[in-house]
Amino acid sequence: MNIIKLAALGMIALFAAFAANFGNDLAYTVHGIIITLVAGFLFLRTVTQIGEPALPAPTGYQDDVIRAGVIATAFWGVVGFLAGTYIAFQLAFPALNLGLEYTSFGRLRPLHTSAVIFAFGGNALIATSFYIVQRTSAARLWGGNLGWFVFWGYNLFIVLAATGYVLGATQSKEYAEPEWYIDIWLTVVWVAYLLVFLGTIIKRKEPHIYVANWFFLAFIVTVAMLHLINNLSLPVSIFGSKSVQLFSGVQDALTQWWYGHNAVGFFLTAGFLGMMYYFVPKQAERPVYSYKLSIIHFWSLIFLYIWAGPHHLHYTALPDWAQTLGMVFSIILWMPSWGGMINGLMTLSGAWDKLRTDPLLRMMVISLAFYGMSTFEGPMMSIKVVNSLSHYTDWTIGHVHSGALGWNGMITFSALYFLVPRLWNRERLYSLTLVNWHFWLATIGIVFYAASMWVTGIMEGLMWREVDAQGFLVNSFADTVSAKFPMYVVRGLGGVLYLTGALIMVWNLWQTARGAGENKHAAVAVPAE
Amino acid sequence: MKKQKLTDEDYPTTGHVWDGIREYDKPMPRWWLITLYLTIIWGIGYTIAYPAWPLISGATPGLLGYSTRGEVAEEISAVNALNADIEAKLLATPMEDVAADPDLARFASAGGSAVFRTYCAQCHGSGAQGFKGYPNLQDDDWLWGGDLTALETTIRHGIRFETDDDTRYSEMPKFGEILEHEEIEHLTDYVLSLGSKDHDTISAEHGAALFAENCTDCHGENGEGDREQGAPKLADALWLFSSDREEVTKTITFSRFGVMPAWQGRISEAQIKQVTFYVHQLGGGE
Repeated sequence: MNIIKLAALGMIALFAAFAANFGNDLAYTVHGIIITLVAGFLFLRTVTQIGEPALPAPTGYQDDVIRAGVIATAFWGVVGFLAGTYIAFQLAFPALNLGLEYTSFGRLRPLHTSAVIFAFGGNALIATSFYIVQRTSAARLWGGNLGWFVFWGYNLFIVLAATGYVLGATQSKEYAEPEWYIDIWLTVVWVAYLLVFLGTIIKRKEPHIYVANWFFLAFIVTVAMLHLINNLSLPVSIFGSKSVQLFSGVQDALTQWWYGHNAVGFFLTAGFLGMMYYFVPKQAERPVYSYKLSIIHFWSLIFLYIWAGPHHLHYTALPDWAQTLGMVFSIILWMPSWGGMINGLMTLSGAWDKLRTDPLLRMMVISLAFYGMSTFEGPMMSIKVVNSLSHYTDWTIGHVHSGALGWNGMITFSALYFLVPRLWNRERLYSLTLVNWHFWLATIGIVFYAASMWVTGIMEGLMWREVDAQGFLVNSFADTVSAKFPMYVVRGLGGVLYLTGALIMVWNLWQTARGAGENKHAAVAVPAE
Repeated sequence: MKKQKLTDEDYPTTGHVWDGIREYDKPMPRWWLITLYLTIIWGIGYTIAYPAWPLISGATPGLLGYSTRGEVAEEISAVNALNADIEAKLLATPMEDVAADPDLARFASAGGSAVFRTYCAQCHGSGAQGFKGYPNLQDDDWLWGGDLTALETTIRHGIRFETDDDTRYSEMPKFGEILEHEEIEHLTDYVLSLGSKDHDTISAEHGAALFAENCTDCHGENGEGDREQGAPKLADALWLFSSDREEVTKTITFSRFGVMPAWQGRISEAQIKQVTFYVHQLGGGE
């Protein structure tokens, strides 16, 4: 077994070094070097381990990989928020791009979106799904060290993607920017993720599969399908990062937005509903509101979401019939999306008083509130007449961020606050006061962000369409840009507040993990196995 | 809302327990279910009214006969109908008199600006500032003339656009085939001296004689240019291509051959007048 592993690692290191030497572009060369170093390191590590006695198979829940995932989530969160705040100010003050291609908006913007969605969100989903599937299946993670492979493999994907963006390697597909070899690597990692998750469910000791795991499984399977189809491309050379898409024209656009919208639907909605379905009833210590609602809203959400992508292409070369279907399915999706919010919020009925004392629960509630708001706003914006005003404006950016900052961010923060004391065997969080500070900073930050983007989005939409009595446009594009300046500053300040809250969280979690302020005499509490 | 009056304990759970989590066996909220059904019914109605369901070739057209292209065409024809009178007036008014009528001037300049941004900005720049080889239209340095008639002719028939019989045409010889390399160097220095650029004075003196012999027919005795032939003025600080020494040498050796398409027939008569008026009032109109 070790021989095969050594041979494979050696081959990878050799080929990557070879590729780095012959690379056609800077991004490819740098990636060749990174892969050489990683494979070489693993090779040496394997060599030194040969002959060591095999450790006895560990028992109990596998929590070490989840601890690593929690750290990665917090780290990438701060990176992603920082990048976002920086480019928000770049839009207000373009000189902040420093005149360098590496720090230009076009390269840092995918760095920001990938850092928050895939690095912060993805690590959060992997860590919490590993935690939840073990607890709700009463089984250890399947596959031994495969869980570790998923963690490190996924984070290698993020490093390759991020360095690629900064060095100029991109497929120019929104949320699918990484080039072909990074896509292949992610496919390998994702299959491993599916195996670990599914393997754990299959060997579960509970008779039924908990609803959170339905959502996680739907997320993993659908993302695999989306990733494969949307990244069908042909490399120009095996020694270069550039590739050419298999689809072209409106087919490519539709494939892209089928992917793009379901990245929202399955990555940011289904996956995070999985988190919500575990942490809300756990923290509230109440039964889930309605099992029937879980079933109906799960299946209707899964069925409807996959059709909604064409609403990104209203009034384009996309045929009218596809635009109609995209809009209709988006609107029918309204109630299935709200099913999750209702199930979450109503789980708290009978425990509303806890909102006064428990800042974690408060975070979960505000998260569900933002989820409900943005899943109402989304169907509304998919209506063609509304879309003709909102499309291409900052309203879309505001919509995405009330979902991402409000729903995804807040539910992840509360999950991290829930997990850290349990994973590091601490009795409680270091400071609930700091959680409260985080809650208010983040909430006010989101309000700044969303409100400023509503104002500027609707304003520029109205300015773009303003025509005089003879039917000629009144404003030039540059007029709308200068009119948006004050709102861009407000948006940047919202980002600063949100980032500050996240930094406070990191400090709080760090203090919790190292046991500062721990009441020694009560340090026995360990979650049930 | 009798549900509210029942305590939670009245409802059984499903009996499943996962890590301490239980689930109530409550019914779905009625308003939620009704709203879901209503959106589905609305969706069915909407897909009957509008183009929606894909068939083997094409899709169901919808009862309302709606199409996005049709909607755009309607809006455009509405605007055209609205402007029909003023457009007829523009066509009937000689170019020189357009500026005197404020309504007409506004119509011409706004419409011309739209035409310019659609068809002209690709080469001349969105601000008409031009690029290397594409003339700046904001200044008064005109190759073929800057009054309304000259501009209209240029726009109608283009420059060196061979499919138009009335196109403006001229061609500078490739002096690389006529003169020695050294002579071209001298000419380059002389041309640079005309534009007050750094040059070798002795070489330029040789160049002056060569210029008189070869270039004055088109570019004039003192490099003042000739609009009849579209020969650029050389005795100024404006350079159509570049004032780099190498670029000037290249122009003399290989000559240049800028082309602009003819717009007559591609845009409407009213649009030709509009864009003529627009370019004329950019700053350099004569």
